[in-house]
Amino acid sequence: MATPNLKIENLHVEIEGTEIIKGFDLEMNGGEIHAIMGPNGTGKSTLASAVMGHPKYEITKGTITLDGEDVLDMEVDERARAGLFLAMQYPSEVSGVTNSDFMRSAINAKRGEGNEIQLMKFIRQMDEKMNMLEIDESFSQRYLNEGFSGGEKKRNEILQLLMMEPKIAILDEIDSGLDIDALKVVSKGVNDMKSPDFGCLIITHYQRLLNYITPDKVHVMMQGRIVKSGGAELAQRLENEGYEWIKEELGIENERVGEPQE
Amino acid sequence: MSIDTTWKYDEKYVEDFSNNQNEPQWLKEQRLSASRLSEKLELPKPEKTNIKTWNFTEFEHQGTSKETFSSSDELHEQVQGLIDKNATEQNLLVQRDGQTVLYEASSTLEEQGVIFTDIATAAIEHGDLLERYFMGNAVQVDEHRFTALNVALMNGGTFIYVPKNVKVEAPLQAIYWLEQADMGLFNHVVIVAEANSEVTYLENYVSYDTETPSVVNAIAEVYAEEGANVSFGGVDHLEKATTVYTNRRGYALKDASIDWALGQMNEGNTVSDNTTALVGDGSTSDKKSVAIGRGEQSQNFWAHIIQFGKNTDGQILTHGVMKDKASAIFNGVNKIEHGATKANGEQTERVLMLSERARGDANPILLIDEDDVTAGHAASVGRVDPVQLYYMMSRGIPQTEAERLIIHGFLAPVVDALPIQAVKDRLTEVIERKVY
Repeated sequence: MATPNLKIENLHVEIEGTEIIKGFDLEMNGGEIHAIMGPNGTGKSTLASAVMGHPKYEITKGTITLDGEDVLDMEVDERARAGLFLAMQYPSEVSGVTNSDFMRSAINAKRGEGNEIQLMKFIRQMDEKMNMLEIDESFSQRYLNEGFSGGEKKRNEILQLLMMEPKIAILDEIDSGLDIDALKVVSKGVNDMKSPDFGCLIITHYQRLLNYITPDKVHVMMQGRIVKSGGAELAQRLENEGYEWIKEELGIENERVGEPQE
Repeated sequence: MSIDTTWKYDEKYVEDFSNNQNEPQWLKEQRLSASRLSEKLELPKPEKTNIKTWNFTEFEHQGTSKETFSSSDELHEQVQGLIDKNATEQNLLVQRDGQTVLYEASSTLEEQGVIFTDIATAAIEHGDLLERYFMGNAVQVDEHRFTALNVALMNGGTFIYVPKNVKVEAPLQAIYWLEQADMGLFNHVVIVAEANSEVTYLENYVSYDTETPSVVNAIAEVYAEEGANVSFGGVDHLEKATTVYTNRRGYALKDASIDWALGQMNEGNTVSDNTTALVGDGSTSDKKSVAIGRGEQSQNFWAHIIQFGKNTDGQILTHGVMKDKASAIFNGVNKIEHGATKANGEQTERVLMLSERARGDANPILLIDEDDVTAGHAASVGRVDPVQLYYMMSRGIPQTEAERLIIHGFLAPVVDALPIQAVKDRLTEVIERKVY
């Protein structure tokens, strides 16, 4: 299996006529962990949603490819089956559909007709991953995200990540609203995925998640594009000094892109 | 409006029918009086649904099939499908065109003094008991022409009586099966749960002929006395040429509960009334129903809980899926009477529209005549949520499959609440067939 490659070039994204992403470039490969940091309202979550194909976002310019395949030409479900995964900031609740049925449908959609996962094997896998994430076993029979606490929803996103085994995952503020114990559990899940066949893009406000998941590259996003990139030490400096020095360095007065408060 | 002169089920017919059934005098008199009433009374007027053009008169009142069955293996395969054959305790009554064709009951029922029999037998063997409840507090014979006709022409149904303090563990199942294409079924179910007793009843209405006009007029009366708990499950799947009037009523005394789980899957025009009176203090009702409209059918659903007692709790959940050119009105009413202090009434009505040409109205109504109560309602009519779809598709699930999961999930509250696995499975299949 070739190492996965995600390439985003000169991406421009609009929502309801307002341009949020303005010339975004990023390339990442399997085995790498990238972090995108930046203040609120700089387009980080929009980027994540646009890559996955959220219906609200319109891509007006640029390309996204996964292993050379045109992602923008794919429907949302095709993107997922091609190997993209987005752990969402606000996962939907779906009443009447159990977590277990949902996940099995997702896995089987990827495996294709005639190649469905054996039920016992599925249950074993799910138990194992839930155990790792310290999720109660009743979880699998609860309805998808219905009545879940913020922390439970985040864990469920990571559980899906572990079950789906994508090539490239984007984690959109997976750390928001998590206490330190939950953060450790979630990080353990992500670290467990580490391999040359898996690349991960972490979107976060805060450096604290990066204490547990060490990024290979850190990018700072402002005004809808990456304005600075570096190694793990960049995240540390942002934690200590904030974002003002970058704005000064680059002569940016307002880092925001007119996006509603996240 | 009077019934036209070609009406063959007149008073004379009713009298002969009652005589042939060897019914007690009280029942014959009620039938005759109802027959006379039916000629004077109007049709019901369900809000926003015009039923005047529906077929209520074209049907045969007596089926011609005669054979009975000694085991469920001999039944029509679709009837067999509704039965949990591996159940350790089987309490089952199968009626074809109103006649009992198969009866199985565990010995426990008899030991506990429970009566579970068809209504014709009950009229003969337990006449006094039946008379005490038949057309009692839950439903009045003179409400409109259908209530009167149901009594005048009653030709099927079940009587269940659970003595006080008796808990019936295994569910009692009744299958009302129309085999004769033009059959008119006037079914009547009476359930009596005496003080502190407990019983679960599940009924299925099923027919197969899709073209021949026929009629089903069904009434169920449920009486839960002090501290009794009754769970009532119903799955209606009558074919499209069958016009259906169904009226399920509950009457709960102090600390009693009557819970409903109704899967209303008829293919034809349907008027459904489900009303529970919470008469005693502390009584409760939890009513869940799901419906699907498709083709050109027109349906009217009425979910009603009337709270008289203090500290009563009434919960209504209605979910409907509408497609093609079907139309349906979903009326939910929580009525809290004066004096029902500390009562709580809540309802949710949601309608999922799968077609531009379908019509679905959700009308949540709270009628409150007391200050010291809590009540709430939520209603929505809309399409499948695009953000939910996006979320599911983002895990690789194709759109049609994601929609399918969302719809099954939407209708799950009733499927989950039914007590017999075979019926759950069949309902899930019916949902699958109707939606796709």
